[in-house]
Amino acid sequence: MPDAPYGLIAAFEDTGSLYRAAKVVRDAGFTRWDCITPLPVHGLDKAMGQRRSIVPRVSLAGGITGFCTGMTLIWYTDAFDYRIIVAGKPFFSPLFAFPVSYELTILFTAFATIIGMFVLNRLPMHYHPVLKFRDVRRATDDRFYIVIETADPRYDPKATRALLEKAGGREIEELES
Amino acid sequence: MSHAADSHDAPAILREVKPAHLPRPALVEHNRSFNWITEKICGIVEGETPAWWWWCFAVACFVASFTVFGISYVVATGVGVWGHRTPVNWSWPIVNFVFWIGIGHAGTLISAILCLLRQKWRTSINRSAEAMTIFAVVCAGIFPVFHVGRVWYAWFLFPLPNYNYIWQNFRSPLEWDVFAVSTYGTVSVLFWYVGMIPDLATLRDRFYATGRKTRSFLYGIFAMGWRGSARHWNNYEMAYLILAGIATPLVLSVHTIVSFDFAVSLIPGWHTTIFPPYFVAGAIFSGFGMVLTLMLPLRAIYKLEDLITQYHIDCMCKITLATGTMVGYAYMMEFFIAWYGANPFEAFTFINRAFGPFAWSYWIMISCNVITPQLFWFKSVRNNTTLVWILSLFVNVGMWFERFVIICTSLTRDFLPSSWGYLSPTVVDIFTFFGTFGIFSVLFLLFIRFLPLMAMAEIKAVTPQADPHRDHGAGFTGHGDPSWQEVPHR
Repeated sequence: MPDAPYGLIAAFEDTGSLYRAAKVVRDAGFTRWDCITPLPVHGLDKAMGQRRSIVPRVSLAGGITGFCTGMTLIWYTDAFDYRIIVAGKPFFSPLFAFPVSYELTILFTAFATIIGMFVLNRLPMHYHPVLKFRDVRRATDDRFYIVIETADPRYDPKATRALLEKAGGREIEELES
Repeated sequence: MSHAADSHDAPAILREVKPAHLPRPALVEHNRSFNWITEKICGIVEGETPAWWWWCFAVACFVASFTVFGISYVVATGVGVWGHRTPVNWSWPIVNFVFWIGIGHAGTLISAILCLLRQKWRTSINRSAEAMTIFAVVCAGIFPVFHVGRVWYAWFLFPLPNYNYIWQNFRSPLEWDVFAVSTYGTVSVLFWYVGMIPDLATLRDRFYATGRKTRSFLYGIFAMGWRGSARHWNNYEMAYLILAGIATPLVLSVHTIVSFDFAVSLIPGWHTTIFPPYFVAGAIFSGFGMVLTLMLPLRAIYKLEDLITQYHIDCMCKITLATGTMVGYAYMMEFFIAWYGANPFEAFTFINRAFGPFAWSYWIMISCNVITPQLFWFKSVRNNTTLVWILSLFVNVGMWFERFVIICTSLTRDFLPSSWGYLSPTVVDIFTFFGTFGIFSVLFLLFIRFLPLMAMAEIKAVTPQADPHRDHGAGFTGHGDPSWQEVPHR
């Protein structure tokens, strides 16, 4: 049996029509669908009913880890593992440990943010039905698309196609999985 | 609230005060389409390598070889072949290090601080400015790494367990500097790379469509399978904003810590609290000088006038003017405090700076850093691209001399006249430094040849047609600023 198609893809010529169509699809109750845009369209996340990204939580965790790493590292090396008196200064003080801990906070936050973003986006994913779409080149250039997956519980080959057509989608076709 | 809502429920007061209609300058001129932007930027990467590129590359490699030879000679012989002697044991390497690190700061300023301040004009210059940052950090890193003398022990700078069983001294600002600069380099690369992912995906798809599969594969690896999904953009934009948010305190802290290298010591002329802000302002000043130096030729060669408009040049000139004036204020304030502080060593140091054996370098610094940027007050100067470019060169020269003045005047004549001296660089010093411009140029030329020179996705996002509400209800259409046309909440 041939694989079921991945979903339906509909093209839109500008951000305005995509934005309005996204609201239509959202209000129709679809959950497994996506917009493909060559640029971040302002407000599209709300039009799609997306929640606020949770990347900041990962970043915060990274930042706290970084700061603690810095403080612990300096305390362990200079005040615990091998003490050396330098200019009569204390072996450990959060004051002189601060600049390095501060930098490590930023370093760890950066890594956490980027790794968090990749994990949440399930990237890298080099094989995806959208990437096999014949006109994907326009999707990273100047055209906008809405993809509704067949896996969506509300998906119906005819009704969904009609919905996309009514929402202004053009060149609606099936995406092979 | 937003302008989008003005037409419906603007506050009543607005009808009485009649706010002036202040059109925002277009960030992309001639109302270019998305496709035009893609073609323009990708065309640079996809087209034939132009002849001028090969010529520049050959010259840049030749110049870079000076550093390679200089460094090889130093490693083979010892740092004694450099001109630093007691009392100036820091001399050129630290001058060059601070100079290059400072250059890098404008890139982070443009990409991070201007992003947080929603200065949308940053979009067409941020990619290349970030590239400049990274390459400048590479050039900067060469000097301290080889200045340690036995470069194969440079890893002692990092807290790695070693057979001497001795840890780093975290009470020293030099160790803070190791962390500041390595964090700065790493975060700059990450920021640059993350910003580039959507554009790499564009290149991947375009190469695939034109049948250049190998290149498509290579760009594809780094594009991470980006497919422009709006759900991805949601996380991506948040991540980008956070990176901008952390890069801002990072860039301020890096040059603060660099200035601690000096300020934490007791040498007259260094031991001042003005150093951190003064160094940061100077870094941004020099960095914008370098951005102008690089952008203006690029704009002319690749005919990017619609993307780097006169408005962009105006903005950069004004920031140069502002930071240059801050630097001038810092010079003045240093003199004032030297007098007001009633410390005879401080007072002597500053008189010595202006009238001592290094007076020539002091006055080069003053004329390049304080007088040159003042010309940017005039619109006619800012509109004259050639003149702006020449002035930007003066800024670069001036900021190198600033570090030279700070380091050499203070160290050659500190407390005891019996330990005074003078500093003359050797030919190895001069060629090694000169060569770093070659290294920088080689890297920058490779960048403009193989990577998208401008952030296409971001430029598209600031064009008027990116605004989904453009055709209905938006009060001011066509000014390319979707941010002030928020989505009406459900």
